[in-house]
Amino acid sequence: MTGFVLRRLLAAVPTLIAVLTLVFIIVRIVPGDPALVILGDQATPEAIAALRTRLGLDRSLWAQYFSFITSALMGDFGVSMVTGRSITAEVAAVLPHTLDLTIASMIFGVVVGVPVGIWAALNRNGVVDVAARVLSLLGLSFPVFVSGIFLLLAFSLHWRWFPVIGGADLSDYGDRLHKLVLPTIALGLIMAAYITRVTRSAMLQSLGEDYIRTARAKGVPWRRVVWVHGLRNASIPIVTVVGLYVGILLGNSVLTEIVFNRPGLGKIIVGALNQRDYTMLQGLMVIYCFLIVVVNLITDLLYGVIDPRVKAE
Amino acid sequence: MSTTQELVAPPAPSGWKRALGKARSNPTTAVGVVICLVIMAAAIFAPWLAPYDPAEQDIFNRLQPPSADFWLGTDQFGRDILSRLMWGGQISLTVSLGAIFAAAIIGGAIGLVSGYIGGKFDLFVMQVMDVLLSFPSLILGLIVVALLGPELVNLVVAIALTAIAPFARVARAPTMALKERAFVEAGRALGFSHARVLFRHILPNILSEVMVMGTLWLATAVRVEASLSFIGLGVKPPTATWGGMTRDGFENILDAPWLAVFPGIAILLLVLGLNMVGDGLRDATDPKLRNE
Repeated sequence: MTGFVLRRLLAAVPTLIAVLTLVFIIVRIVPGDPALVILGDQATPEAIAALRTRLGLDRSLWAQYFSFITSALMGDFGVSMVTGRSITAEVAAVLPHTLDLTIASMIFGVVVGVPVGIWAALNRNGVVDVAARVLSLLGLSFPVFVSGIFLLLAFSLHWRWFPVIGGADLSDYGDRLHKLVLPTIALGLIMAAYITRVTRSAMLQSLGEDYIRTARAKGVPWRRVVWVHGLRNASIPIVTVVGLYVGILLGNSVLTEIVFNRPGLGKIIVGALNQRDYTMLQGLMVIYCFLIVVVNLITDLLYGVIDPRVKAE
Repeated sequence: MSTTQELVAPPAPSGWKRALGKARSNPTTAVGVVICLVIMAAAIFAPWLAPYDPAEQDIFNRLQPPSADFWLGTDQFGRDILSRLMWGGQISLTVSLGAIFAAAIIGGAIGLVSGYIGGKFDLFVMQVMDVLLSFPSLILGLIVVALLGPELVNLVVAIALTAIAPFARVARAPTMALKERAFVEAGRALGFSHARVLFRHILPNILSEVMVMGTLWLATAVRVEASLSFIGLGVKPPTATWGGMTRDGFENILDAPWLAVFPGIAILLLVLGLNMVGDGLRDATDPKLRNE
């Protein structure tokens, strides 16, 4: 197992370097001098030159590139152009809120999607199946900010079951959970819809296999056949989809954080956009990609756990 | 038909037609088509159908709830919501169609050429596509628009950029399979150029898959455009966009909840309609489901 993990970790390094390179290019091809953008049209040439030196913009592109890659790989993304504070520190302060939301939505998606998908597969073309198909299609058509606003209108403003303001005290677990409910449903809806669909089709395929018939013939109880024999063999596509959509969850968490007024990466990114804080944007892009690369790594490792053949390769 | 002929003949192009026929008989697809057509008609004919000027402010009729005069109410400047929704549909549709058209052509060409050439070139290109895929699409779109400026063209570029990699993947896989087929070899043996084989012989065979993908991604593009406008990176006000209207409504949610609800429903309906059409087309073209 250790060898398998190490191999996968090593394989992620070139991807990370490629991602960093792309981020570097994207930020550099922007028209205009960042120093001029920060200081505005009224700035004196001396002030612009001084800021360029401070930001390292006067060095050669290669020098900028190498120092960017090496410090990023060590977890240092520099300082914000606007506030001058360390990007790593600013992100670390709010990351728990975003992770709370993303992980809770993922769990919501799995807890709702897998049983509904199995139920639909077992009732193929029946009422449950049709209902699951229609509802999942509806679920994955909801933009997060629309479902968020609808939930807010119904459960916070009309019934007043949940607070309108979402920032929770991290040490108060009850408060943290309570404030997480609506944002989680809003963000997890798409995930639940996708997982329902994938689980349904994967289960249909898996339940048609010979080993299911064999298990039934041996007298294994039906419930066990479905949840153990069927689901385990259907879980590779489900895990793939969960892994893929964590990226979508992370992206959409920005919208959820705006609607529910939660602190998190989304708030920082919108702030950085408004203030044209290029170093912060660059750092955030890298951090988002880091998170996705980590999720892909975990997905790969899970393949090994679910299917022993993957590990043996 | 003799075996040789079977080997040399390209796959029957009737698959696409058959798929269309099959999709038409599917009730979900039919409903989806109706939803999309109604929204498109409302947007295209907005200059003639809209009851009011979408930018006309009327301070005596601010924040009116839905009524006989204003079917969907008015916003904080007294502008008619229905008229703004109809005009805003033009932006949603233009940006999404433009972005997906661009992504399908660029991504499709990349996948086609990469799969046809194969080898190290293919490996490199796909590695680049994988890197592009490892950005959350909304974040990538957000940053590109923020850097280039919130103009209609830049929105198209940003959304297209997030969709290129999936199209490249969809075009590449069947190209790799098709280039081994005898009709391609026969074309080369007859002295056809690589370009002619690629675009006249292979392209028509992968077109249906790219088009199904296009319909499904159109739904995503509408959602991303609306999300960017909601964040404030859409086409600038006073131009009406559905995402921007939702945002305005959200800021007045205590006084006038309908301001956020109606544009939200419009976005939801268009995305749902497109998903229904895309779903039906995919089911109809998926070879695994074709014989069901």
